Amino acid sequence: MVQFTLPKNSKITEGDTFKAAPGTKNVKRFRVYRWSPDDTANPRIDTYEVDLDKCGPMVLDALIKIKNETDQTLTFRRSCREGICGSCAMNIDGQNTLACTKGIDEVKGDVKIYPLPHMPVIKDLVPDLTNFYAQHAFIEPWLQTKSPTPEKEWRQSHEDREKLDGLYECILCACCSTSCPSYWWNGDRYLGPAALLQAYRWLIDSRDEATGERLDDLEDPFRLYRCHTIMNCAKTCPKGLNPAKAIAEIKKMMVERQA
Amino acid sequence: MQGPSGSAALLDCPNGVLRMAEQRQAAERPLSPHLQIYRVTITMAMSILHRIVGVALYAGTALVAWWLIAAATGPDAYAFFQSVAGHWFGQLVLIGYTWALLHHLFGGIRYLVWDEIVATSPKAADTITWIAVISALAGTVLVWAIVFSMRGVI
Repeated sequence: MVQFTLPKNSKITEGDTFKAAPGTKNVKRFRVYRWSPDDTANPRIDTYEVDLDKCGPMVLDALIKIKNETDQTLTFRRSCREGICGSCAMNIDGQNTLACTKGIDEVKGDVKIYPLPHMPVIKDLVPDLTNFYAQHAFIEPWLQTKSPTPEKEWRQSHEDREKLDGLYECILCACCSTSCPSYWWNGDRYLGPAALLQAYRWLIDSRDEATGERLDDLEDPFRLYRCHTIMNCAKTCPKGLNPAKAIAEIKKMMVERQA
Repeated sequence: MQGPSGSAALLDCPNGVLRMAEQRQAAERPLSPHLQIYRVTITMAMSILHRIVGVALYAGTALVAWWLIAAATGPDAYAFFQSVAGHWFGQLVLIGYTWALLHHLFGGIRYLVWDEIVATSPKAADTITWIAVISALAGTVLVWAIVFSMRGVI
């Protein structure tokens, strides 16, 4: 349902400020969303002053430094620190991206950090992605065939393989889906850009033989057609992929099969 | 294949994780901020504006209907329409209607372009969106420049 304002328990208050040591020259302020399930308080914004002379270049470096040196209760997901696992997806400076590939110097002024938008928060910067993963499962992201299984492998020409470029690189970080206003309002029924990009990845795979069934599953006013080409997904993808384009391609396939 | 079945189907998640999630949600998890914190992009603003303008067009169409009915009714009814439309506020509404119509038109053409998988890259998408916004404004100025010059106002 469309709800422009935040529910009462989600309204954000001003939290604590953790000042840098006196005499620190190169200070950057990080304003971070905090919420803990352990008390009944509303979410708050804590401010951490970080000495950039003693900090790595990326936003994730700053978050780890804060957790190590200032506030051990700060909670966030991270793993690979090189943009391939998708764990540290969050909203930084008004846009969804990976904390590990976002340079601190890319942000003017204070660095504002929130969890991925319009998601239930488990703690601090950790959103509940259960529904997001269920949507990925819904499009059945695996090879489906009807012909007899070949002795060695399902072969594919170089040209057909190239069609998967710009699709297979998706790391399922959820930046795109949670940047989409349409997904915010209808995330329970609209599959969202990430799942639809994955759907297209299997639709155009020359080896896959379930194209018809896949399209049937998407032929729905919500699952596919809630995409209104708002383009936030393509702009925010930290891997430079274009879910909006993949969705347009699916819509085109729908029309073509009716003709 | 209507809407509500969609959500039910999504819950048919094979791994059964969803049931666990439902239980945990009972802990009154907050919703993370969205519109409040997301940096506005031109394509995002245009999407919202496209809808607002679309709604405004209903009112504009009612004006057109009024004009036709007035013309069909007789000189008195038409004179009344003219007096309202000729008032400075009436003129303002008509200028607004012209802009709404052109804005929706150019915005709509932009959607058709995207449907053909043209200009879908983030940069090109921004470019054609700005072109649509500026074309609608320029078109409005052009139409009313012609109107006013025909009347000899300018």
